[in-house]
Amino acid sequence: MAELPNPQENLSLDTFLRGIWTENPVFAMLLGMCPVLAVTNSTMNAIAMGLATTFVLVCSSLLISLLRNWIPKQVRIASYIIIIATFVTIVDYGIQAISLELYAALGAFIQLIVVNCVILGRAEAYASKQRLHTTLVNSLGMGAGFTIALLALGTVREILGSGSILGVALFGEGFQPWVVMILPPGGFFVLGAWLLLFNWLRLRKERRVMEQSGVAANAG
Amino acid sequence: MQDESLYFIFLNAAVVNNFVLALFLGICPFLGVSAKKDTAWNMGLAVIFVMLVSSMSAYGINWLLTELDLLFLRLICYIAVIASAVQLVEMFVKRYSPALFRSLGIFLPLITTNCAILGLALFQTAKEYDFVQSLVYALGAGGGFMLALMLMAGLREKLELARVPSVSQGAAMSLMLAGLLSLAFMGFAGLGGSHG
Repeated sequence: MAELPNPQENLSLDTFLRGIWTENPVFAMLLGMCPVLAVTNSTMNAIAMGLATTFVLVCSSLLISLLRNWIPKQVRIASYIIIIATFVTIVDYGIQAISLELYAALGAFIQLIVVNCVILGRAEAYASKQRLHTTLVNSLGMGAGFTIALLALGTVREILGSGSILGVALFGEGFQPWVVMILPPGGFFVLGAWLLLFNWLRLRKERRVMEQSGVAANAG
Repeated sequence: MQDESLYFIFLNAAVVNNFVLALFLGICPFLGVSAKKDTAWNMGLAVIFVMLVSSMSAYGINWLLTELDLLFLRLICYIAVIASAVQLVEMFVKRYSPALFRSLGIFLPLITTNCAILGLALFQTAKEYDFVQSLVYALGAGGGFMLALMLMAGLREKLELARVPSVSQGAAMSLMLAGLLSLAFMGFAGLGGSHG
């Protein structure tokens, strides 16, 4: 295998936080959208999906990081997918054993964690190049970021669409649920709205920076 | 064994439970390659082909693993077969149409991680379709994927001429459009067919 200049990243707080904010898999990179949209019609489903994905992400990243010097370059993607599929099978049987109700609610999307681009993306871009402990911290951060994004969608959709949170009713009898929010279109709309909010925040920040530098230039 | 009619299976997979707009499968290529109509068309063809191949293989694998009582290997086998089918398409496209190969870019190998295809294999297993039913189901799902992709591409080509507020440019606007499309497809629910 050719020796590529692989700068080993030093462990820092940023290794963890990056996954939550600047490189958030859902809001910043738009990866793994299918489960994000499909299972976030209630908070409980969002939490379960987030945890399951984080488990697979962390375990497969660790294993890939451990084996990174033994996996030949040519078959690396296939090897990564097989490793990921193994852990997904574990999670699949695990959830089936813990709660059949949850298993029915998440449906095929547990097995579809295999094709979640967040995990393969991490394996290819990070775990295959970095040492074990930075990989652990980074994948934990990514998993947390993914879970937070799922929660952000799940809570909004459950509050608007069923008027409850974690199954506990929030409003009185008179509440008319906005049913479309827990149906497929609601997923697109809520995610779109979150992206609008982040865009707006980003633009406002850019404008502030511009104004400040403008003021400084005028004063100078 | 299911005794649904083939026509019903096709319609169900293509519009009533459209893979993209109702079941949220294959969102990444749906948002990624829907900027131009001809790219969307070719992507749709590639996906239909991979779906047919993997549907046939999944049927065979499932039968074999059931005989051998090794069902826990199902997921791993499915994904390996899909990855090989995609590799085949990739070599074929690269050989016969380098221009198309370039325009599809990263999204061609990424068909492997298109959940619509693995989803198809898993659903047809769960629904216990026989061989012909599986093929029709794959055709319907692929057709539905292509339909959604083409609709979205058409909308986005028009959108380029429209002035939208700068906050909503890019992904946010595409998602809103997809939401509206999905809302429209909910109207097909009246054609019958249960979820899934």
